[in-house]
Amino acid sequence: MDAKEFDIIMIGGSAGSVRVIADILASLPASFHIPIVIVIHRMKNVVSEMDRLLSAGANNRKVQEPEDKMLIRNGHIYLAPQNYHLLIEANRTFSLDYSEPVHYSRPSIDVSFESGAKVYRNKILAILLSGANQDGAYGLEQVIQYEGTAIVQSPASAEYSIMPNAAIQKNNSVRIQTPGEIVRYLATLI
Amino acid sequence: MNKAVEISTGELEEVLSVLKHQYGYDFTDYARASLTRRFQKFMTDANIRSGYDLKYQLVNNAATFQHFLQTVTVNVTELFRDPQYYKTLHEKVFPMLASYPIIKIWHAGCSTGEEVFSTCILLKEAGLLDRAKIYATDINPKNLEKAKAGILPLHVMKDYTTNYIQSGGTKEFADYYTARYNNAIIKKELRDHVVFSQHNLVTDNTFNEFQLICCRNVMIYFNRHLQHRVMQLFYDSLSPLGFIALGAKESLLHTDIRKKFETVNSAAKIFRRKE
Repeated sequence: MDAKEFDIIMIGGSAGSVRVIADILASLPASFHIPIVIVIHRMKNVVSEMDRLLSAGANNRKVQEPEDKMLIRNGHIYLAPQNYHLLIEANRTFSLDYSEPVHYSRPSIDVSFESGAKVYRNKILAILLSGANQDGAYGLEQVIQYEGTAIVQSPASAEYSIMPNAAIQKNNSVRIQTPGEIVRYLATLI
Repeated sequence: MNKAVEISTGELEEVLSVLKHQYGYDFTDYARASLTRRFQKFMTDANIRSGYDLKYQLVNNAATFQHFLQTVTVNVTELFRDPQYYKTLHEKVFPMLASYPIIKIWHAGCSTGEEVFSTCILLKEAGLLDRAKIYATDINPKNLEKAKAGILPLHVMKDYTTNYIQSGGTKEFADYYTARYNNAIIKKELRDHVVFSQHNLVTDNTFNEFQLICCRNVMIYFNRHLQHRVMQLFYDSLSPLGFIALGAKESLLHTDIRKKFETVNSAAKIFRRKE
């Protein structure tokens, strides 16, 4: 695969994705500089340890839930907070939005991917993992339209294949990879 | 999701200028990523195909503007959203408020009233509601009409009951509303202490002095410049040692005014004016 330079990596996942995300984070060296934004469908109005759980396996790197207007910084890993959509502004800061759920989801992967695509254009790598609804397919379409790079977890390797399949059907030019191939590709970006 | 209608940055700025000069609503300091989504949602719903058409419609058709105003602000809210916040409010803030003969509270950006009703329920349980005077304001008159009626869809009450219990509520939640057909009507005795009125945080000023201001997930739609202005407005509207509650992921850190507040609870985002 051709070598590209990315300013941001966005990862979206739902049911069956947390293990894959944990494996990806564990594979990255502490020096990995590209900021990573993770959007997972999560419960709302319950106390969540997701950020700490993901931090535990991430080579001592902290996975943090951004606050509104926080600057996106190199070397940082961010997790979309519960019950908000996570957007990115033109000046590469986060902004939060509490509008209607999209595909019954808030945070929605479509919303974050679309927002990231518009700001980062050909400098975004978006990865869509296992899940049991349609969220993310439209977002990847936006990523491709703005000349970013889109990867979908291969349906055969996904615990739930509905989300990868929906994205593949909507977008001809996505790259389809197993978690192992995704990990190996990310290793080439260092 | 269908393909959204696009509006360019230039077109958006032109529409903002029309809204400001023709209708007196200033959205120029709203955060762009979210605002652009709201514009596109309105355009999709109203079958407006381009930024130019939107501008044309708004210039020539006041009815379009009324419809637009309802859509452009985010009007999503819940009863007892973030139960931990309400628990903290009940445990850390209410005992302090109890020392005032009249407790004045401002819910700024109250939308359709759900957060206001949540506060009223907790005040009632703390025995403070009879002494409370609650001002609930919003930019959007339609929201205020809904809030005044106190009517919520019945099907969401199950989730809200769970939120209430997690907030530390111990009473029978169903006693706080009357179920009728597919609706739940919040009991009038809970709403009697609330005055709903229109107020625009962008352009309007302080109108009273409060012991508690609740403004959760409203300023996330503003840029830093406007956030700073509104925080100054809140500071000026708080009595010395008055409290302010923000949304779970809102921060005062980037505003200079941070120094004039102390943190009561960082997770619940409750702060207190120092003097």
